[in-house]
Amino acid sequence: MSRRRNRRGKQAAWNALGLAVFVVMVFPVFWMISTAFKSDAQIVSITPTWFPLHPTLAHFSAAIHKPFFWQDVENSLIIVSVTVAISIVLAFLAAVALARYRFSGRTLFVVLVIGIQMLPQAGLIIPLYVVLARYHQTNVLSGVVITYMTFVLPFCVWTLRGFLLGIPKELEEAAMVDGSTRLGVFIKILLPLMGPGLVATSVFAFITSWNEYIFARVLLNDQSKQTITVWLSYFLGTSRHTDWGALMAASTLTAIPVVIFFLLVQRRIAFGLTAGAVRG
Amino acid sequence: MPSDSSTTAAAGTLLGTSRRRRRLWSSLARASTPYALIVPVVAVIGVILGYPLVWLVKLSTEQYGLFELIKHHGPSIGLANYRSVLHDQIFWHTLLRTVVFTAANVFFTIVLGMLIALLLTRVSTWVRVLLTSGLVLVWSMPVVVAVEVWNWMTNYQNGVLNYVLTELHLGNYFQHDWYGSTTSQLSMVTLLIVWGALPFVVITLYAGLAQVPHDLVEAAEVDGAAPWRVFRDITLPIIRPILLILTSLSIIWDFGVFTQPYLLIGQAKMTPGNFLMSIYLFEEGYFKSDYGRGAAISLLMLLLVAVLSVIYVRKMVRIGVAE
Repeated sequence: MSRRRNRRGKQAAWNALGLAVFVVMVFPVFWMISTAFKSDAQIVSITPTWFPLHPTLAHFSAAIHKPFFWQDVENSLIIVSVTVAISIVLAFLAAVALARYRFSGRTLFVVLVIGIQMLPQAGLIIPLYVVLARYHQTNVLSGVVITYMTFVLPFCVWTLRGFLLGIPKELEEAAMVDGSTRLGVFIKILLPLMGPGLVATSVFAFITSWNEYIFARVLLNDQSKQTITVWLSYFLGTSRHTDWGALMAASTLTAIPVVIFFLLVQRRIAFGLTAGAVRG
Repeated sequence: MPSDSSTTAAAGTLLGTSRRRRRLWSSLARASTPYALIVPVVAVIGVILGYPLVWLVKLSTEQYGLFELIKHHGPSIGLANYRSVLHDQIFWHTLLRTVVFTAANVFFTIVLGMLIALLLTRVSTWVRVLLTSGLVLVWSMPVVVAVEVWNWMTNYQNGVLNYVLTELHLGNYFQHDWYGSTTSQLSMVTLLIVWGALPFVVITLYAGLAQVPHDLVEAAEVDGAAPWRVFRDITLPIIRPILLILTSLSIIWDFGVFTQPYLLIGQAKMTPGNFLMSIYLFEEGYFKSDYGRGAAISLLMLLLVAVLSVIYVRKMVRIGVAE
């Protein structure tokens, strides 16, 4: 009896600890959303209000009516969509090569794809900036697309390769025996099966590009051409009295599409970077 | 008659060669398919990354400022940029600071990540589901958004952190300025980075822990092995490969981190006294428009990271080549 109670007590203690970790980890997110809905009086008060019982949408409306908010959201959307669209098509071809063929130079290509993803972005800003300036690609969205492809492209190759490996080769071989051409196999078998993988990879590429900051910060000068992350980063420091409510509302709005997308694909994609290692 | 047979023979060889040729063609096509498939990616990477990297090397040996940027041409000055950087006290101090900073970040990320992952194996299912969902939510936060939230929470006037610490009687933090000293500034950055990195580390490690055979752990516990010994002798050897990969990834990421320190400490408070490597590079190269010298710093930094990445890249390449 006492032993069982002891075990139950232990379990309760572990659960309590788990809940404490949950509270600490999630608190910043909660605080962002909670602040976004509070009145200004509640926000500046020394004693914080934990739950806004009379939520206001004033900060959201203030945030979206700030200059260039929609313009910069649009810029982000354009940059990200173009980057992902081009990358996913090119990367898919290369992923097929990696997952389905053995060829000399394959190892070198794998090194390239993995190595590039490890380059710190800060280390690339000077050469990218100077070269893009040379071809008048600074302060235009296309220049940013080019820089985003430096990390999105290898990421897509590597992730799609993982998805392709999950599709049994036998399906394609059987179709070949039945007289399909390689192209036919590609279109009729591989592409439909790769649907979920293509979507998940695109979504994840979308998220990483949407979140990117440093390249956009360096390349885009006009406020009307910036991305939403750069817009958000300039929110502070424009005046002495920060409008915390509006800042948190804008932060919430910036995070929402990312959070939704991320929740959809996290399970499928999360292990790309450590794949293999997890499996041993 | 013989002529007839010879024509047949000739026709035969002709047919044979054409078939052979066709076979040769198809095998050639087969062999070239993978190359045709990777050519677009290789070409694009060559243009958008390879070409700039060649430029980087060239730039690092040139006097290249705003004037040269407009002229598209800079005079060569040999290794003067490198000499200038390597004789710069700030460079060495920054390097040392970045190494210590990286070590602290990686240490906290991995140790806390391991502890939380182990905790996940102990809690009831509903707590586990709740905690994992919370972690995924944190994981999905864009970095710039997280920085703004941190700015707000640690704000000296009415930040919630000061209030909570004071209420918990951990000292008087009324209007405490967390960005007053370098150590405090960088600690805040570390807090932010570890918070942001934990979800990935915990969830990956937890997936690894699932592979630890249950009966083995139970047998050891029945034999009276202390929890620490069970961890060291059973759990650790199994998850070591994952731990190794996570550690090297964290080292690479934390060494090159830019957005969090740059935005949390703020451009206005950036001084040579609190530079991290990527910020030193940004301020010296981009902000001061001294692209030649910035290129030299970039190259040194990329080389350092390349050395740091060797373990990770080798491991991943082995996996990638095997499959």
